Amino acid sequence: MELFDNLATGFGVAFTFQNLIYCLIGCILGTLIGVLPGIGPVATIAMLLPATYALPPVAALIMLAGIYYGAQYGGSTTAILVNLPGESSSVVTVIDGYQMARKGRAGPALAAAGLGSFFAGCVGTLILAAFAPPLTEVAFKFGPAEYFSLMVLGLIGAVVLASGSLLKAVAMIVLGLLLGLVGTDVNSGVARYSFDIPELTDGINFVVIAMGVFGYGEIIANLSKPEDDREVFTAKVQGLFPTKEDFKRMIPAVLRGTALGAALGILPGGGALLAAFAAYTIEKKTKLQPGEVPFGKGNIRGVAAPESANNAGAQTSFIPLLTLGIPPNAVMALMVGAMTIHNIQPGPQVMTSNPELFWGLIASMWLGNAMLIILNLPLIGMWIKLLTVPYRWLFPSIVLFCAVGVYGTNNNTFDVWLVGIFGFIGYVFHKLGTEPAPLLLGFILGPMMEENLRRALLLSRGDWSVFVTRPISAGLLAAAVLLLIIVLLPAVSKKREEAFVED
Amino acid sequence: MKIKSQKDFFSGLMFMGVGVAFAVGATNYSVGNGARMGPGYFPLILGILLAILGTAITFYATVVESADGDKIGKWAWKQLFFILASNFAFGVLLAGLPSFGVPAMGLIVAIYALVFIASLAGESFNAKEVFILATILAVGSYVAFVWALKLQFPVWPSFISG
Repeated sequence: MELFDNLATGFGVAFTFQNLIYCLIGCILGTLIGVLPGIGPVATIAMLLPATYALPPVAALIMLAGIYYGAQYGGSTTAILVNLPGESSSVVTVIDGYQMARKGRAGPALAAAGLGSFFAGCVGTLILAAFAPPLTEVAFKFGPAEYFSLMVLGLIGAVVLASGSLLKAVAMIVLGLLLGLVGTDVNSGVARYSFDIPELTDGINFVVIAMGVFGYGEIIANLSKPEDDREVFTAKVQGLFPTKEDFKRMIPAVLRGTALGAALGILPGGGALLAAFAAYTIEKKTKLQPGEVPFGKGNIRGVAAPESANNAGAQTSFIPLLTLGIPPNAVMALMVGAMTIHNIQPGPQVMTSNPELFWGLIASMWLGNAMLIILNLPLIGMWIKLLTVPYRWLFPSIVLFCAVGVYGTNNNTFDVWLVGIFGFIGYVFHKLGTEPAPLLLGFILGPMMEENLRRALLLSRGDWSVFVTRPISAGLLAAAVLLLIIVLLPAVSKKREEAFVED
Repeated sequence: MKIKSQKDFFSGLMFMGVGVAFAVGATNYSVGNGARMGPGYFPLILGILLAILGTAITFYATVVESADGDKIGKWAWKQLFFILASNFAFGVLLAGLPSFGVPAMGLIVAIYALVFIASLAGESFNAKEVFILATILAVGSYVAFVWALKLQFPVWPSFISG
């Protein structure tokens, strides 16, 4: 079967000594940074990206994938032990996970999260391998109009799932699109919004925005809050393995979570986040078995289901990136940036022109998941130690990594000035309650959207109706409008608010 | 008119201002028409869209009631200043400012400066502790970035290494 041939190619690439090592290093570094409270996967990847510059492209992407999974696992560890969600998708894990930790059952909670994620990761990888080729076929049929509409759908999908005001999120996307246009216009050669600064004619480096807004901005915001006494469960992690009873309850929850996560992850937008929320809601709706702990009081299903959903979604969210070249969320937007640095234009052509990279990456995703489970469960004690590192040591180190990383990207001090400016902007965003993730997504998509709009309108001789007369494009736009309407419906918008308030 | 959500009101104003600025800037480039988009076409559309969105956000902020007025709250000027200052000091010391005749001091000096200045943003400051932290980070960075990853950094002051 072709699927297995392809996977064999992939494992052939991934199982070289060098790539295994990079995958392992990525997982370790990702977990190491991801465990630190208040640093989500976006900041982690942005911070560690410079470490991959010197590597060959395949190894660099494999390491980045490892970093991503590591950051996700690390985030759930922090969520369970410190009651502090490192990222939005582990918000629901906190509810029951922390309660389990308080009852001295942190071990089983961590194991449930780890094993559930591993299973979900395996399924997600298989789905990715199976669905990527047919979807790529579809992608080759896409014209510029379809691509443009698809990006609109993706961007709308991303804001619909974001918490907070919808209008503000849309405005942040538009702002991101505009920032993405800074630099030389590929078609006319005109340097736009560069203020005669030579460095700006190449455009703003996306690492600068990511580190400024997510790194500096967050640090300043965190520092301005008074240090609260966090309860860290260091001593109480014992008896790592879940009991037989736990397993009996966990398994159906993991299966449900995986199915839901895999399906929702493919959708553009924060699939992993929605999947985690939906999975938790479904578990809550199912009947409690006799003798089971109620939800919100430390039910193991409340940890296993959202964590599996989250990880399955994280895996399948690679599908739109690898087949269509369109990042569905901020993390994937960073992956696009990383690929471009290594001269790979993400999109349907990657699979045919670069099969080793494509299948190697997919195989290494599974490997990454396997490594994490081997790494994380025995090493949990070490990660917990990290949680006790005081923030006053942490934040100067993060500032340093950001500054070194930004300078190292282009060996240019101009980027260092720029990251400072974006740090200020990031803090302003924080103060004004606007979420920065849509901005990053818009920033990456800006030039792509303009190019596809230009081509579509050129082909139609300036007739905008091309977007609604071509069936696929019309369907995608209709889906985007539908999404917006659904969210704006009074009944749903109220529900949506509740869902985000619950944490 | 009363502001019911301070955060929304001012973020709306910000989007409005930025949108207008981008739209006005776009008119400096040739706009063209749909069939032949000039470099100003797409930014002009987006700028106008952003200004409209900003207006809408500002408008809603004066109409829709929010629970506690959504106050922006105090600005953390001290933290903001020291974090950004440490960043700028790092840049200046690392590579120097050739146009102002400031020599490059290299990575190690820059790291010490960054850690010391950044630490001033924290609640407590213990010079000895910060010194140890800076030393660990300097050695670690040298090993990781210069020795292992071979990134091109000026490591020592330019008047020593030449």
